[in-house]
Amino acid sequence: MVVNIGFHIFILLMMIIGSIVAVFSRKLISSLVSLGTVGMLLSIYFLILGAPDIAITQLVVEILTLIILLCAITGRDVTADMTSSKVYAFLFIFILIISFLSFVSYSYFIFPEFGKTNMHVGEKYLYLAPTKLKSANSVTAIVLDFRGYDTIGEATVIFTAIVGVMVLLRKKGKKDE
Amino acid sequence: MIIFIAIAIMFFVGIYGMMVKKNIIKMIIGLNIVGYAVNLFFIALGYKEDGIAPIIIPGMEIKEFVEKSVNPLPQALVLTSIVIDLSVICFLAALSIRIYEKYGSFDLEKIRRLKG
Repeated sequence: MVVNIGFHIFILLMMIIGSIVAVFSRKLISSLVSLGTVGMLLSIYFLILGAPDIAITQLVVEILTLIILLCAITGRDVTADMTSSKVYAFLFIFILIISFLSFVSYSYFIFPEFGKTNMHVGEKYLYLAPTKLKSANSVTAIVLDFRGYDTIGEATVIFTAIVGVMVLLRKKGKKDE
Repeated sequence: MIIFIAIAIMFFVGIYGMMVKKNIIKMIIGLNIVGYAVNLFFIALGYKEDGIAPIIIPGMEIKEFVEKSVNPLPQALVLTSIVIDLSVICFLAALSIRIYEKYGSFDLEKIRRLKG
């Protein structure tokens, strides 16, 4: 998809504004809503960057995240206290700025430029997926065949998280407090 | 280059929210923003200028497809990472619900003052 570079910067700017509002707003519900905005913009941006599978997954996951967090805060105290510790905050901003500048100067030397990717491994996968595996979509070929063990690990992580949630939220077998 | 810098700004906004804020839900939101920034960074590293999605269309030459398509490897890895992010958020939400049942607040200061 041919898109002007200004459009990339516009979407990224909207996402930065959304995340700043999500972190600094006073009500928890409004910060959750702006988190949802950031997720939807991210989904659109994945579509522009040529990743439709990721865009669909991001959309579904974003909606599920919003529902889970809303369930966690409904019926509870939803005003966030704005007083954050002043000394630590200033120290922290200082450290953040230092690490940000070092990241930028470091990334200038090691990463390829935006729009020029490193295709050592990807080229082989792109060639093998339609010829050897007869799969039209290369991403699903990688997820399900070339890197199938990663997918097993992902399923294990999800299973462990669900077991943890069920143990934490169980009603049976809990002592009365 | 400016794209990567903007993603880094988003990452550090998330880190700030995770470290300085005192509400547990705010910290979860900060973690979520950090996850978004990292996923976006990987996808942006694999982008090719005027690239097409890595899906082959009938009637397309394989050489042309390999030349024009974006890098599919980061996309496959990010697909795993997004779902793992969701399960982490789910677990943290369950933890914060239990903390609210026990202490009656999401505020870390009040939790510290009441017990322990």
